[in-house]
Amino acid sequence: MPEIAVTAAEATDAERNAVADSIMLQDPGQISFDAAGPALTFDGDRIARSGQERIFNRRHLLLPVLHDVRDAIGWLSEGGMNEIATALQVPPAEVYGVASFYELFTFEAPSTPDALHVCDDTACRIQGANELKAELSADGYDVHGSPCLGLCEQAPAVFVQRTGEAHVSVRSATKETVVAAIGGAMTNPVAPVPQPAEELTLLRRVHDAAAVDYDGYVVTGGYEALAKAVAMSPAEVVTHVGDAGLTGRGGAAFPTGFKWSAVAGEPGPRHLVVNADESEPGTFKDRVMMEHDPYSLIEAMTIGGYAMGAEQGWIYIRGEYPEATRQLKSVIAEARSKGMLGDNVGGHGFRFDIELRLGAGAYICGEETALLNSIEGYRGEPRNKPPFPTTHGLFGQPTAINNVETMVNVNQIMLLGGEGYATVGTEKSTGTKLFCLSGHVANPGVYEVTYGATLREVIELAGGATGNLKSILMGGAAGSFIGTDMMDVPLTIEDSRENGFALGSGVVMLLNDTVDYDDFVARIAQFFRDESCGQCVPCRVGTVRQGESLLRIREKGSPIDTERKMLDDFAMVMKDSSICGLGHTASGAILSAIDLGLIGGQQ
Amino acid sequence: MTFVDIPVEIRSKVTISVDGEAVDVLEGDTILDACTKAGKTTPTVCYGPTVTPVNACRVCVVELEGSRTLVPSCSRPAEEGMVVKTDTDRVTDNRKMVLEFLATSSDVSQSDEIQGWLGDYKADLDRYDAATTERMTDEVKIEDDLYIRAYDRCVLCYKCVEACGEDAQWTFAIAMSGRGFNNRISTEFDVTLPDSACVYCGNCVAVCPTNALQFKTEFDLRKMGDWRPEDQSVTRTVCSYCGVGCNLDLHVQDNQIVKVDSPMDHSITSGNLCVKGRFGYQYVQNRPDK
Amino acid sequence: MWGSNAREAHPIFFHHVLKGIRNGAKMLSVDPRRSQTAKFADLWLGLNVGTDIALANGVGKYIVDNNLQNDEFIAHSTQGLDAYIESIQEWTLERTAEVTGLPEYAIAELAEAYATAESAQICWTLGITEHHTGAENVMALCNLSLLTGHVGRYGSGLVPVRGQNNVQGGGDMGALPNKLTGFQDVANDEIRAKFEAAWDCTIPAKPGLHLTLMFEAMEKGELTTVFCIGENPADSEADINHARALLEGLDMLVVQDIFLTRTAEMADVVLPASAGWAETEGTVTNSERRVQRSRKALDPPGDAKDDLEIINMIAEAMQPGWGNPSPEEMWDELRTVSPMHAGMSWERLEEHGGLQWPCPTLDHPGTLYLHGWLWDDDLGGREPAPFTVNEWRPHVDELNDDFPLLMTTGRVLDSYNTGVQSDGYNSPIRSGEALDMNPADAKRLGLVTGDRAEVSSRRATIEMEIRVQPDLPVGLCFTTYHFADTTDTNQLTIEAWDKKSGTAEFKATAINVKPLVAA
Repeated sequence: MPEIAVTAAEATDAERNAVADSIMLQDPGQISFDAAGPALTFDGDRIARSGQERIFNRRHLLLPVLHDVRDAIGWLSEGGMNEIATALQVPPAEVYGVASFYELFTFEAPSTPDALHVCDDTACRIQGANELKAELSADGYDVHGSPCLGLCEQAPAVFVQRTGEAHVSVRSATKETVVAAIGGAMTNPVAPVPQPAEELTLLRRVHDAAAVDYDGYVVTGGYEALAKAVAMSPAEVVTHVGDAGLTGRGGAAFPTGFKWSAVAGEPGPRHLVVNADESEPGTFKDRVMMEHDPYSLIEAMTIGGYAMGAEQGWIYIRGEYPEATRQLKSVIAEARSKGMLGDNVGGHGFRFDIELRLGAGAYICGEETALLNSIEGYRGEPRNKPPFPTTHGLFGQPTAINNVETMVNVNQIMLLGGEGYATVGTEKSTGTKLFCLSGHVANPGVYEVTYGATLREVIELAGGATGNLKSILMGGAAGSFIGTDMMDVPLTIEDSRENGFALGSGVVMLLNDTVDYDDFVARIAQFFRDESCGQCVPCRVGTVRQGESLLRIREKGSPIDTERKMLDDFAMVMKDSSICGLGHTASGAILSAIDLGLIGGQQ
Repeated sequence: MTFVDIPVEIRSKVTISVDGEAVDVLEGDTILDACTKAGKTTPTVCYGPTVTPVNACRVCVVELEGSRTLVPSCSRPAEEGMVVKTDTDRVTDNRKMVLEFLATSSDVSQSDEIQGWLGDYKADLDRYDAATTERMTDEVKIEDDLYIRAYDRCVLCYKCVEACGEDAQWTFAIAMSGRGFNNRISTEFDVTLPDSACVYCGNCVAVCPTNALQFKTEFDLRKMGDWRPEDQSVTRTVCSYCGVGCNLDLHVQDNQIVKVDSPMDHSITSGNLCVKGRFGYQYVQNRPDK
Repeated sequence: MWGSNAREAHPIFFHHVLKGIRNGAKMLSVDPRRSQTAKFADLWLGLNVGTDIALANGVGKYIVDNNLQNDEFIAHSTQGLDAYIESIQEWTLERTAEVTGLPEYAIAELAEAYATAESAQICWTLGITEHHTGAENVMALCNLSLLTGHVGRYGSGLVPVRGQNNVQGGGDMGALPNKLTGFQDVANDEIRAKFEAAWDCTIPAKPGLHLTLMFEAMEKGELTTVFCIGENPADSEADINHARALLEGLDMLVVQDIFLTRTAEMADVVLPASAGWAETEGTVTNSERRVQRSRKALDPPGDAKDDLEIINMIAEAMQPGWGNPSPEEMWDELRTVSPMHAGMSWERLEEHGGLQWPCPTLDHPGTLYLHGWLWDDDLGGREPAPFTVNEWRPHVDELNDDFPLLMTTGRVLDSYNTGVQSDGYNSPIRSGEALDMNPADAKRLGLVTGDRAEVSSRRATIEMEIRVQPDLPVGLCFTTYHFADTTDTNQLTIEAWDKKSGTAEFKATAINVKPLVAA
């Protein structure tokens, strides 16, 4: 890699300082990568070292540095990006290519220092988000529509992206609370978990405000799971996870034990990555875990690191989760100071540390290989598989990627033993499951039930639907609508599959007969259009074409049969030929809405 | 005398089934290689012999037994025992849809290959309502005398990015920017080419499948309605500048060089040239009589 | 990469270097400038101009002192080691560092990297040869390859990268004062007899003059008529004012060229030629000794004719009955007298996309690399390869208070030599001629990019634009000679030249820079 040439635009002093500070302050905890090594070194005017390896040492700092410069300055200027390109030795065209991929970065000086990202996605949309957006715009604020902010149970939600100050999310937002947040008012998240502690397993600590620091966590049984784990060999831990029958809770339901043993069997160095880029519209369970019981995640990851011999853990959290980010930052630092992360975890003789990375507004980065590219400092474009991350993951090394909820289950497996864990739930769906109830429901929030509970039981836990329930969106935008005839289907992996829908990330969004389905479904189509990374043709164009088709149905009265043929063709090619799951699932909700007669005239 | 000899790469044989026929290829070869060997014609857009396929276009997809989705043949390595189908309705329908997507979003009229496939796969472009079907509508960028960028013709195949980057040139003047349908190949901060890191090797132009990147000579002649490929000769010769010996294919119309490229399969250039070789020919035709 | 900015001067050759780098190869760059090539290097060593022999000898001594040499190869395939070792004793790391301006660790690192690599190449261009010690510079590098055995094997060797599309072919064809076609020695009676029989003529045994000697002969009045084909010495010679005066003083100057160059403007007779690469049929030989076909794509303008045809016409006038043989007929005749070309029929050149000489028979695949015989158990009666003793001598144009800065020259990416070809197209990246200088020097002189300055050497003073360029070390300036029409760089350069190769010292001119105050 040659020394990078940049355009003539120069950085301001403030931008220069922001870049320097950012690089200097990068998390000192990471073990595997030398962030401190300069991209180029000189000895006087006669000796220089550049060459092929240099760029890769620092490329992975690109996203954190972009964040820091944007947060200090309010936007990314040409000069600022040139400074980043020079400091990291990443070609400026690629700096721009990466930065422009993400929603949270802008390239023109904003009119006000605070950007307001108002969620106008599914759940917030039916709770007055558009009206709030209009109100704030009218008052001259820098308002951006946003995809789901993961605060569906406290809709409508606004993410306040401030400059030079901490970001904040405003829940159950009104114009007044948003204005207060711009002025510096912070949110104190309240656990939106209506169930009492005794009904909860994974979520049992969320009502206990003290559990977010080390002592409080230990008092409530924290780090007992790790103690059980290190009493076994790493291979035995993996076996327990396999025996438990744990499957991925992020949507794909892949057996976790299988993934772990594959990674453990590969030559190191290995990585454990937690996918906390919770962006599926209607999903907020991971946020609740991270805000109210962050140590559980740290402990579970530590067990994973021990089990797979992965010395470096990574949490990739979405950029719109400021409160959860602050909690994780705080507990990672505290765990380090307590010796529970670092060279000799808890005195157990193994190394494990965690690096926290922030997304910057891209749903696709929840796709595991896009997430890896994002961490590495590239555009969040999914990779082709095979090879899979278990062999060629982060930085090309063996990597296990698990969702937050999946990960936290590992603690439970250690406490119960694999076989003990497997007795909970059904034969094929073991353990408990978190569901995110939102929309037209009496008590929206996260609910934890043992696998096997029916949809009706889950809805009743939340106090039932409000109004006249017409359909339920299961699994989020990537899921599908189902009718009330499905109320008695047990919410297990196997039963849902048999009935033609997927649990996905656990979204249960209730929609009564007041919903404007044409608008609602159009928003889903718009969501996929906005969030497609654009890498492959089927998804880049298909997500646009299906939105146009819906528009023709809605505004031009185009016959449903004509459009249905087109929509089926779009769905086929996206499902069969797209690179990743986004394209594969982008048409499911739309087609199911037509099948149920929710849009396209009465059937 | 003892020394390390030329390392000989030993690749083992791999046998796969293509539409029921057993095909032998070598380890590391792709399904596309096997299909080609079996005599199948496979449409490709983002694949090129000299660039790493990003396999973004998905027009080369085939059915692979055991795979839930179709797989891109251009980048999937052949593995012993694979069973591949290319002649099914599923493959045909998917390729047709990809082609419809390409042709309804970008201007592919200057790609003879894509035009041919649109016919072969019976793409139905008429069913797309023009008023509601969004296309790339970028204005052509004319920033210098050497080549133009017409992104309304771009199919975002990434080949130019690869050629500018690690597959050949290592200049990294262009990259993908934006997201989704707003993706565009762009210089840093979308500055003009002369202001960018571009060194005008034109290796991006050489791999562009749709003339989105086009030599200014060709652009001007087409604009005047005077681009006549049927009247052009192509002559292979050797560049007149440095001593590397790059082969040039000179495209000549009316005794004027109108385009220069280099054979993709020549060991010296692999299709790549520098600014002098590709554009520095003008001195033989700066003639007073013209 | 030693004295080579291949990234700009040989971009497609550098693509191959990049492939190697991508596959994990280590690349070091030795160049006074931190060139575009050096920017890809794992280690760049910015040595003082003209200290290549010092560095090579220092590297050699380090290799020997640390026992990193290939003893088996040296014993079997080389001779003269003792004298060589004795000659490099003075080049301790300390002394080498002092002369080259490089830190000792960097010299040691270069030596270690080269000596311990499984295979290694030294690639060079004019940074090595355009010195008054040009040939010795090359020999000093050859010593390193002999010391380590990095020669005559796949992936190892000495790689002079040719600067012009057929400079190798020119030599192959016998356009050297002491060689006949196929590098056959003109002084050898047997060889001469072979050619005399084939050509039906008598060939003088005395070698001719190379370009620099021709100018000396002009000065002495011994050379009064010059037939100049495809060369523009009135722009390209060092100390150009002197050279032009000599050309003016000739009794007769005939220039055969595709342009009315500055040299052609001085000529008594101008013969308009056609562009070999696009308007005629023939062959050229590239840097890797690959003979390739060049072909006619265009009809030449006006009365311009193929060089061969012009020469045939002159020959016909001198000796009626000569005729006008075709390029292929002439090539086939050449194959009968030049053994290394004998296997290269035009048909085979087509088929293989060119062949690398030597290719003695029609079934020979061509030769990938030379000197492989050094590794044969039996050297076949050939003399082992000799080490040479090369003494470092500083560049001729000395720095002093009147001329405190050193100016070196080179090519940039989009331009070529005196610009007669490359000026023909509108390159968007062409920034015109300027004198590049280090920011510290510029600051001291109160200059910023875009300022104009008076640049003087001991020979002339010209006006130039200044460009501040941090990739140059303090005290070194850089310019090209692509734009002779606007900036006549070669008025400044020195005509000191290498007695062995005849190459002038374009790389080291002592200059003074005086800011021009804006009117």
